[in-house]
Amino acid sequence: MSIAAKANALWEYANPRKFLATSERVLPFFWITSMVCIGVGLVWGFFFTPDDYKQGSTVKIIYLHVPAALMAINCWLMMLVTSLIWLVRRHHVSALAARAAAPIGIVMTLIALVTGAIWGQPMWGTWWAWDPRLTSFLILFLFYLGYVALWEAIEDPDTAADLTSVLCLVGSVFAVLSRYAVNFWNQGLHQGASVLRAGAVTGTDTEEKVSNIFFYPLLVCIIGFVLLFVALVLYRTGTEIRARRIKALLARERVGG
Amino acid sequence: MIALLLRDLKLAFRAGGGFGLGLAFFLIVTVMVPFAVGPQSSLLATIAAGVLWLGALLACLLSLDRLLALDWEDGSLDLLATAPLPLEAVVTVKALAHWLTTGLPLVLAAPILGVLLNLPVPGFFWLIVSLLVGTPALSVIGTFGAALTVGLKRGGLLLSLLVLPLYVPTLIFGAEVARRGAIGMETQTPLLMLAGITAATIALLPFASAAVLRINLR
Amino acid sequence: MTLTVTDLTITRGGIPVLEALSFVLEPGRALILRGPNGIGKTTLLRTLAGLQPPLVGKIEGAEDQIAYASHSDGLKPTLTVTENLIFWALVFGTDSIQPAIDAFALNELTDRHAGNLSAGQKRRLGLARMLVTGRPIWMLDEPTVSLDKDAVQMFADAVRAHLAQGGSALIATHIDLGLDGDILDVGANKAKPGPLDDFDGGFL
Repeated sequence: MSIAAKANALWEYANPRKFLATSERVLPFFWITSMVCIGVGLVWGFFFTPDDYKQGSTVKIIYLHVPAALMAINCWLMMLVTSLIWLVRRHHVSALAARAAAPIGIVMTLIALVTGAIWGQPMWGTWWAWDPRLTSFLILFLFYLGYVALWEAIEDPDTAADLTSVLCLVGSVFAVLSRYAVNFWNQGLHQGASVLRAGAVTGTDTEEKVSNIFFYPLLVCIIGFVLLFVALVLYRTGTEIRARRIKALLARERVGG
Repeated sequence: MIALLLRDLKLAFRAGGGFGLGLAFFLIVTVMVPFAVGPQSSLLATIAAGVLWLGALLACLLSLDRLLALDWEDGSLDLLATAPLPLEAVVTVKALAHWLTTGLPLVLAAPILGVLLNLPVPGFFWLIVSLLVGTPALSVIGTFGAALTVGLKRGGLLLSLLVLPLYVPTLIFGAEVARRGAIGMETQTPLLMLAGITAATIALLPFASAAVLRINLR
Repeated sequence: MTLTVTDLTITRGGIPVLEALSFVLEPGRALILRGPNGIGKTTLLRTLAGLQPPLVGKIEGAEDQIAYASHSDGLKPTLTVTENLIFWALVFGTDSIQPAIDAFALNELTDRHAGNLSAGQKRRLGLARMLVTGRPIWMLDEPTVSLDKDAVQMFADAVRAHLAQGGSALIATHIDLGLDGDILDVGANKAKPGPLDDFDGGFL
């Protein structure tokens, strides 16, 4: 199959029925693999890695904190992409997937913030500091809240999809702007993103690197979170599709069909 | 376009137009601050620039839900959408009218309130400059929020929830200019950033505002 | 300017309400839109006015030609009658409001604030707005609501004068205006719901 044909085949999933059928088939795989990955990653990380020489056992919260933080941002990116697809190609499933992802993003952001606070308390001696990274996540949280609130507030589903998509686009630009503004405003305590830097992985970067012994269980956890996110999005999109179908049927009844 | 601007200004100044409400709110918020944090003049001098910026921002926010909602309720927006004027121009003019009736008076009132909060002398100039450069962005971003929520019955609270996160960069750079100015630090970088944000929002956001307004008019 | 509508399907809240609608509105002609409540007359007028896109079908000759009057009049209560009219005249780029004031007998009200007018007087002002737009195709949604007998006559005269000048009008109304116009009953165009068993991108 050529790439173009493959791309065309992908759009077939824009049909809600086809999407439901396929997602129901693949969902068990995602549920099981994500649970296995997270379980293995957490047990490995919690019980089979040494304590950090500086941070002690508190470092182990990294296995929740980093994957949640990654997913909090990637979830917004996914919403941005699906919003664009909705605006350009008008596939309802795409808009509903964005709607379905938002609450997951909120939970991921909250997990990142709460685990960050729990980690920060012993490390920095405070639950909360107006550090750029923390502040950015707090702002991201506000963006999620506004996005979800707008979905909830508008009755007509297509109007809601359109308006939230534009909000997502504009919000993304302002979120990036806020990130730079916050960086400028305060230089901060948080270490740099040390997990996925090439140097950190290969071990050539000796500053603030996450050493391999912590990295592998963390990688398993991250994969687990990604799989969990996919499973949740597929599952929740299915729910949204059914809710949307009920709404359409009710509306049709009112019109007198 | 000029007709629309003049009409909006006229409406704002007539009875029930809401002109001065934002200004009064700004005054009250600023006066409440010393009651909340204590009267020590050194403390007030430290926070004056930030408090004034926040007060101006909230005063701006207060008047946003009237910005398009009134025209929506009486059907003017439908008629404007079928008029020869593009909606992009309509929302730009609306934002300009909002700035002239809300933003500009806030800029002019800020130095007087600065005296109440014991703002250091070099800060006055930078406060006015930062507000002058920053408040247009507040009006334009606010117009986008108003366009998003125009069709909703009780959109006021939602409008604040949507607009406030969008105000973050403007607030950070604007207050930074005023704060740095007050303590005699260099202000060029944040001022340039602030001007950049204002210019970019004025140039680009009206397209988004007009697009969501069109969706809401459907 | 001739308005040509071909095979139009319009939606309200994502549900098709009218389908397979075709008609032609020529200069000098009036078309009276009839149909039971809720059939989609307002939606049709809004679609033709360009406020919402049709689901399928073509609308030709409508761009920048239509003056649309909805249920609400778009009046500002704190502006006077003259100020309201002048504003719309400026927006539409026309200059004279006097014919509009004369046509709807607003001479004695010119300095009153629109907020102080009675419902019927407001409606007259709202209809006078159609005259100042200078647009050839009028689209009126229940224009005679809260008008008294004389005012209805005034309105019918205004429409007749407009038609005589080569304009046209599409009017959704249930009363007889005594106009020499064709009747378009959209009751027959009520959209038929499709089969329910297999849902598509529109969830129906």
